[in-house]
Amino acid sequence: MINRIYEPTAGQIYIDGVEVQSLKASELRRHIGYVIQQTGLFPHMRVTDNIAVVPKLLKWDKQRVAARVNELLELVGLPPEKYARRYPAQLSGGEQQRVGLARALAAEPPTMLMDEPFGALDAITRGRLQEELARIHRQFSQTILFVTHDIEEAVRLADRIVIMRDGRIVQVAPPLDIVTRPADPFVSDLVGAHDVLRRLSLMPVAAAIEPLANGAALDAPSVSSHAYLRDALSMLVDSGLPRIVVLDEDGHPAGTLSMDSIQQAAAPPQVAAPEPAPAER
Amino acid sequence: MDLSYLREHFDVVWELSVAHMRISISALLIALPIAIVLSVIGIWLRPVRQPVLWSVGFLYTIPSLAMLAFLIPSQGLGLRPTLILLVMYAQVFLVRNIITGLRGVDAATLEAARGIGMTQAQVMVRVWFPIALPVILAGVRIALVTIIGLAVLGGWVTAGGLGELLFQGISTDNPAKVLAGLIAIVALALLADLSVRLLGSLTAVARARRAAARG
Repeated sequence: MINRIYEPTAGQIYIDGVEVQSLKASELRRHIGYVIQQTGLFPHMRVTDNIAVVPKLLKWDKQRVAARVNELLELVGLPPEKYARRYPAQLSGGEQQRVGLARALAAEPPTMLMDEPFGALDAITRGRLQEELARIHRQFSQTILFVTHDIEEAVRLADRIVIMRDGRIVQVAPPLDIVTRPADPFVSDLVGAHDVLRRLSLMPVAAAIEPLANGAALDAPSVSSHAYLRDALSMLVDSGLPRIVVLDEDGHPAGTLSMDSIQQAAAPPQVAAPEPAPAER
Repeated sequence: MDLSYLREHFDVVWELSVAHMRISISALLIALPIAIVLSVIGIWLRPVRQPVLWSVGFLYTIPSLAMLAFLIPSQGLGLRPTLILLVMYAQVFLVRNIITGLRGVDAATLEAARGIGMTQAQVMVRVWFPIALPVILAGVRIALVTIIGLAVLGGWVTAGGLGELLFQGISTDNPAKVLAGLIAIVALALLADLSVRLLGSLTAVARARRAAARG
């Protein structure tokens, strides 16, 4: 509905203060990146031409299009000299979705819609593409609306998660809040919040980090601040030490983790009581 | 086999072959846009799709000679009734294959095309028809070969073409003349078949397929 593939029956949708209904559908869509699960690549066009579709629709000049295509292929990890002239049928599922992503990014859209883009990929490929999407997002910080059924994917990638059930929004919150303060039993079930290990696997290390104490043993095993608590816990148990070190992005110690701090972070979630059933008449 | 007529009057056979091809290709060029319009209507308007397919199928079941005879009172003799006949009989192959071809295009591909900002016309011209083209060309090939065969009837209503040789040969009891016409028609049909196949191998989809087969 945001890109008007479906038209709303009521209500309005605004992007940056502009009502989407006020624009021509095709114009609107050219400024919204669009990625779908089945990739929807054009089988009769080479990779280059697939990626160049939107810039060409926007009437960019040839050189700019060519430069942009090369830049994008590098960005999504497909060396142009190897992939540019291939057809979609000559690519693996993961490579196809990389091209799909490049095509969506082509005209530098400020907004992107991604409908289960990695749903059809194997776990390893999915993980890799998630990482790259996160990297691309850090680099360009577009607004991405990402639809998924995979709660771990949502927690890994999202700044904000909207949980929907039967067409209604149940909870809108940052990933950590979803895990630690699920809005109702449905959300709690969805994220498996009652299982402490599962909860930890969805919580970033940052949720349990303690400030660096003076004289802390910095030679203890270390974990990246992007990791999840479950991995950190297993490292902590493995090490047999009271605390392990958390490293920030530049590899500098940022704090420590201890059994206590993990235990505190993993305190049972506060599930909001279900709404009382309406009294029967 | 008595090839004397073909040898001695090759110029006549050649001239009539050229005329025959001109009639056939004109008929195809008239038939194609009509078939495209019918097919697109059939694709967009679900309820009329079957009726469209039935109608063009029904037209084809009417004996062609009877149809031509039926056209003469209103259309007269010559090129007109012949072209009308050929255009009518080509529809079944064209419409059937255009509809099949267009329906065979992956819905996700079309959604993506719309989703990234192509207008309906751009989707049609850049994505939908190009991907369906091999199937459409298969229909064109059968339609053209059928047209070339049927165009012989033009000789019966003074439209020209190789039919003249056949009808003259029969009425003057000249088997060599009939044989010459027959050979020319078969040659034209084979040539047409080959040309459209060649055209098909030049399409983007065929190129993509060959590339994929190479790995």
